[in-house]
Amino acid sequence: MGLVRADEHIHKAVATRVRRRVLTMIHNSKSSHIGSSFSSVDLLVVLYNGVLRIDSARPDWPDRDRFVLSKGHGCAALYAVLAERGFFPLEWLDTFYQNGSRLPGHATHTYLPGVEVSTGSLGHGLSIACGMALAAKRDGKSYRVFALLSDGECDEGSTWEAVLFASHHRLDNLIAIVDYNKIQSLGRVEEVINLEPFAEKWRSFGWAVREIDGHDILEIENTLTQVPFEAGRPSCVIAHTVKGKGVSFMEDKLLWHYRSPQGEEYEAALAELEAQR
Amino acid sequence: MRTAFIETLFELAQEDERITLIVGDLGFGVVTPFMEHLPKQFVNAGVAEQNMTGLAVGMALSGKIVFTYSIANFPTLRCLEQVRNDVCYHNANVKIVAVGGGMAYGSLGISHHATEDIAIMRALPNMVVVAPGDPVEARLATRAVADWDGPCYLRLGRDGEPAVHSCDPEFRLGRAITVRDGGDLTLIATGSLLAEAVAAADALARRGIHARMLSMPTIKPLDTEAVLNAARDTPAIITVEEHSVVGGLGGAVAEVLMESDVRPVAFKRIGLNDTFSSKVGDQEYLRSTYCLDAKGILQTIESTLGLV
Repeated sequence: MGLVRADEHIHKAVATRVRRRVLTMIHNSKSSHIGSSFSSVDLLVVLYNGVLRIDSARPDWPDRDRFVLSKGHGCAALYAVLAERGFFPLEWLDTFYQNGSRLPGHATHTYLPGVEVSTGSLGHGLSIACGMALAAKRDGKSYRVFALLSDGECDEGSTWEAVLFASHHRLDNLIAIVDYNKIQSLGRVEEVINLEPFAEKWRSFGWAVREIDGHDILEIENTLTQVPFEAGRPSCVIAHTVKGKGVSFMEDKLLWHYRSPQGEEYEAALAELEAQR
Repeated sequence: MRTAFIETLFELAQEDERITLIVGDLGFGVVTPFMEHLPKQFVNAGVAEQNMTGLAVGMALSGKIVFTYSIANFPTLRCLEQVRNDVCYHNANVKIVAVGGGMAYGSLGISHHATEDIAIMRALPNMVVVAPGDPVEARLATRAVADWDGPCYLRLGRDGEPAVHSCDPEFRLGRAITVRDGGDLTLIATGSLLAEAVAAADALARRGIHARMLSMPTIKPLDTEAVLNAARDTPAIITVEEHSVVGGLGGAVAEVLMESDVRPVAFKRIGLNDTFSSKVGDQEYLRSTYCLDAKGILQTIESTLGLV
């Protein structure tokens, strides 16, 4: 089932709005991880607006699809998407990182409706997602579990423990999406710990794998609405993304894993995103 | 103790299908009946404790009561961050069960001795820490942690520990069990060293020195009332554990005492003195070597009380 073009425009508009919100959140808080947040915005927007079976009025609805942000440092994008989707007031985004806020710099479930699990240390999320998926299978529930991973956290042994487990237990209600933006904390993935041949690794571990452009709204939706790709196998979506996507001077730059846009940089970034409206 | 645990868990799991046992590829011959009769409530996570613990949290957040099971430090220290961030921070209904607390695995060496686990688990917010003293307590503790809605660490011995209690004592999480009363000193023991501590108390009694003998199966939350009563009623408090003296039962008791206005005249922590149990031998030999058998405990009590 294809996405009609009108929806694509809507999703794109939401994605641009989310990027603006993320930019302002990270600017105001003088915090890091704008590149990591921007690379996953399009994936999150499509997930929360066309894929996940959720109800913002009932964040604890037992049959909801689960979403685990395993790359907890990309939480600014998740917070903005959740607020856009009505899980909590948009004004809360202004408190990101602030004293007394509900929104810390890594995803937290504690005071925030819609955040399933708290993350921040890499390599934890996929295991928790496996547990949710296995519980659904055993209880005969139809909900799916989506986990968004960074490429860097695929260095973690625990990630591969979960990858092994999921296929052994035929968890076809589990979908791992890797935000493969090719840059990790201290360098390019291929220079730090090369993951290639990445898709082949997941396939050889028993997953059904698809590689997509993680910024192509249509392709994202067409892919994520077709899960499971194969009955009896967990699905892996390797989303080829660009770190810092959306602001030209941030794109594909390691610097923007850390740097917080201030002064003219902030103004220039904002102007670029305004122009995309 | 592990038999008491698994038999009790098997009974509970037959009554409550939410109970799920996840093992880290250990429990040969022990978990077999559970595995065969309740396959939908059993998972072997393989030799992958980090994933085992994350899985447990995912299942617990989906409504299950999950027990993870492995030996010594594997379900605790090997996956400590999953225990902290995933189990404890989410206040998930996960019970971590370690078989072989202390030096129960004897000649297998220090990789298989859990001698800092109590201190480390005790430091984690939301975690309840339980180390039963004999198979009777192990059975009661298993029921108690299953009923508790939140994270627990259940530290068991191995197998073949003598029963200290001849009938079921009243067992409540956070409450000491008075094995016998006495006014000359208080001995507080946790875990399977309880039997050795009781034997030391017997030897003292034969000399007319009467110890209040407390079993302290719950190290966190600690029964502060029992500790403070001991400080009021007896001149000395001596703690006994098959664990480092750093941060375990002795540390927990000392914390309570130092923050109170009642202090015993004498206080001593008996345990491993901040050392690895690196000598080679079975549990009995190692206890003797590190002065943790009844004889060694007795000698330390005597020197603490100035009886020698």
